[in-house]
Amino acid sequence: MRLYAAVAVSGFRRYATYRVATAAGVFTNTVFGFIVAYTYIALWNERPHLGGYDRSQALTFVWVSQALLGAASLIGGGFQEELQERIRSGDIAVDLYRPADLQLWWLANDLGRAAFQLLGRGVVPLAVGALAFELTLPTSALTWSFFLMSVFLGILVGFALRYLVGLCAFWMLDGSGLSLLSVLLTMFFSGLTLPLTVFPGALGDVARALPWSAMLQVPVDVLLERRHGAAGLGAALGFQALWAVVLLLAGRGLQAVATRKVVVQGG
Amino acid sequence: MVDATRAYFLIVGMWVRSTMAYRLSFVMMTLGNFAMTGLDFVAVAIMFSHIDALGGFTLPEVALLYGTTSTSFGLADLAFGNMDRVGRRVRDGTMDTLLVRPVPVLVQVAADRFALRRLGRVTQGAVVTAWALLRLDVDWTPVTVLLMPMMLVSGAVIFSAVFVAGAAFQFRANDASEVQNAFTYGGATLLQYPPTVFGTDLVRGVTFVVPLAFVNWLPALRVLGRDDPLGLPGWVDFASPAVALLCAALAGVAWRVGLRGYRSTGS
Repeated sequence: MRLYAAVAVSGFRRYATYRVATAAGVFTNTVFGFIVAYTYIALWNERPHLGGYDRSQALTFVWVSQALLGAASLIGGGFQEELQERIRSGDIAVDLYRPADLQLWWLANDLGRAAFQLLGRGVVPLAVGALAFELTLPTSALTWSFFLMSVFLGILVGFALRYLVGLCAFWMLDGSGLSLLSVLLTMFFSGLTLPLTVFPGALGDVARALPWSAMLQVPVDVLLERRHGAAGLGAALGFQALWAVVLLLAGRGLQAVATRKVVVQGG
Repeated sequence: MVDATRAYFLIVGMWVRSTMAYRLSFVMMTLGNFAMTGLDFVAVAIMFSHIDALGGFTLPEVALLYGTTSTSFGLADLAFGNMDRVGRRVRDGTMDTLLVRPVPVLVQVAADRFALRRLGRVTQGAVVTAWALLRLDVDWTPVTVLLMPMMLVSGAVIFSAVFVAGAAFQFRANDASEVQNAFTYGGATLLQYPPTVFGTDLVRGVTFVVPLAFVNWLPALRVLGRDDPLGLPGWVDFASPAVALLCAALAGVAWRVGLRGYRSTGS
């Protein structure tokens, strides 16, 4: 356990080292926040209460999305490319040789990264958004703590999905095609492109049941107190936890299959 | 110039051959690229399933804006999209290798890791543009016929200039490669929507400061037979090629200044 805590801390510190990169990320998130905010204002002016949100809730959706973009890896990034590169170069053999579990190692590393990006890239865009627009942010500390819990579960789901994608590099020497598909599915089905509550009919039902919705749509709905009360919160967090467990177990299964076929070429 | 162009295509050819070594991944990447940008447009279509007009523009009109930006941006991304790697090259010292080769550094950086899959976005943009033109009742005069290709080419040049200027900036701040995403991807997102959606100050900013409005807004408004929200004189709609040349020249200067200020990490 102490080992994984150390890995998580080093993941945090590794990202904290690049201050200029963090500032650049904050700048870009903020610019995107403004662009999307204006299009949502136009959309919600035409149709107030679209998707069950009023205008200020829709704007909150925009800025929370930008704040979580880095932490939840909504447009990729993080460990997965590194894992693929290690599989491709064969360095993965060294990782398997270590007295640590491969999945837990990368999970700890990714949680460290996410914790830094939540603070480093999340706080400023949300603050700028709250200053420039009228947002609906909860006043209850309890809601904020449930939100953080939901964000954590969302990050777990995101990690589990990207770990599955990363492991595919064992079978496909160049995993970048799959990574791209993964990013595209995440952007669309997490609610980043458009809130999932706005999706029409069956597409909306399917999108809200898929694991990607646990990465953004559910945390935002918890923050907006659209999922409230014991039953509502239980269903929201339970949905996320269920996907996290299922996908993490799938990752373990795939890892077992993959490591059985590793042949170290030596030299 | 002739030598530089020849060198560019030689390097590009090398990367294309190398990509084709992983054919399955290439096919997935190209389809992914096509679909990724396609899902963007699906989001716009979902918006229009709830409304009839956004900022006073109908779906085919927004589709024209969307398609033209996507095509221009796709072309620029194809030719110069890998220039955000300059910062990494400065950091790890591989920039030095480029300096000793008898080919302009700009050419080498632009053609580095040339990604043919980016044709996916260009194709998708072209398809949406064609669909929009079929649905719209455009008043086809020689002027509007000429405006269409002029807009796409000038737009591609303007976006390319932004890529080059962003890369030049990375000589100064080599971790800040994400800043240019705000102008490239952010700009492409902005221009998909009608200018009436955004505040006048923002429109003024992308007309006079970072002249992205010349990519498609101003010429496309002329094709659509609409007035621009800033009330600029009519000839401005035809200024895109001149603006594009000016941008290219400024980006060239910025690149030279950046490259001259380059100091090797020495490792």
